[in-house]
Amino acid sequence: MSQSSHLEPVVNRAFCKGCGICIEFCPANILEFDEQRKCRVTDPEKCIKCYQCEMRCPDFAIELVEKGEKK
Amino acid sequence: MIGELTNKYLRMDRLPHMWCPGCGHGIALGALLRAFDRVKIDKDKTVILSGIGCASRAVGYLDFSTVHTTHGRALAFATGLRLLRDDVKVIVIMGDGDALAIGGNHFIHACRRNIDITAIVLNNQIYGMTGGQSSPTTPQSRLSTTTPYGNFARAFDFCNLAIGAGATYVARATAYHASLMTELYANAIKHHGFSFVETFTQCPVNYGRRNKFPDPASMLQYMKDISVPFKVAQNMGSDELQGKIVIGELIKEKEDVELNEVVRERIMKFRGGAQ
Repeated sequence: MSQSSHLEPVVNRAFCKGCGICIEFCPANILEFDEQRKCRVTDPEKCIKCYQCEMRCPDFAIELVEKGEKK
Repeated sequence: MIGELTNKYLRMDRLPHMWCPGCGHGIALGALLRAFDRVKIDKDKTVILSGIGCASRAVGYLDFSTVHTTHGRALAFATGLRLLRDDVKVIVIMGDGDALAIGGNHFIHACRRNIDITAIVLNNQIYGMTGGQSSPTTPQSRLSTTTPYGNFARAFDFCNLAIGAGATYVARATAYHASLMTELYANAIKHHGFSFVETFTQCPVNYGRRNKFPDPASMLQYMKDISVPFKVAQNMGSDELQGKIVIGELIKEKEDVELNEVVRERIMKFRGGAQ
């Protein structure tokens, strides 16, 4: 895993089932439910790259990727 | 990271998977993919088997040679496969009911034989797929459809059973401890002999809903709260450990002869040295 500062969390909306695990465990509090009860990243700049969301997502729906790269 | 791994090790046309929102089996599958990456597993030299149940559906998504066997008999199939082919890695994924209730006998005898199989049990403490009946690992006084007044019986201690039956690598993790889970899976795959990793996962729909867990995250938080690392647990009394989950590597034996080696040696001996 690279410790690059150019990473940001990106949600794959087709896979997200809205269980809320990533939202609950995000230490930077930058994730929330959107109007369809799926995960949304509110402020990618504040992400501390801890990988807690990616590690605990049961649906492989959230991932830290290089900025500008769309999943 | 996980995107690359899912592309590499999963059948992407099968995703998203059929597990309920917030199911811990997905977390365990993710940890298994990271472990595969860590040990640089050879996809063509690995066979993954499973029985029946929620956890056993994992083989449907793994892009390996996979066998979806009958209920509880995954270890029996795996033993046969391993005796025939000693050049392949054999990994078995089972649920708690699959491994302990229906396949309990196969499980203890696989431990006893010390055959080189990695058994991963995803223990969600309930029969999730059939509607939430109590399983042998449902904790005492917990509710399920078959125990509406609370479970009267005590739960099985999976790892102690495996140690007693003679497994040479026994470890335990919970879905909350995802990085520990990855490490334990990787060590179990590398281990020579029977390795067993019990993983506590959450079943928010059939277990959590009946036992006052409002969401999957609260179940993960509960697992974190009741977990005790193995080293800490050694200095605790049995009263203090009541209701706790001891996590980490519980036993790891190095020099033990694996069944396959014994079988090959005997074959050589009785054939008089010739192949």
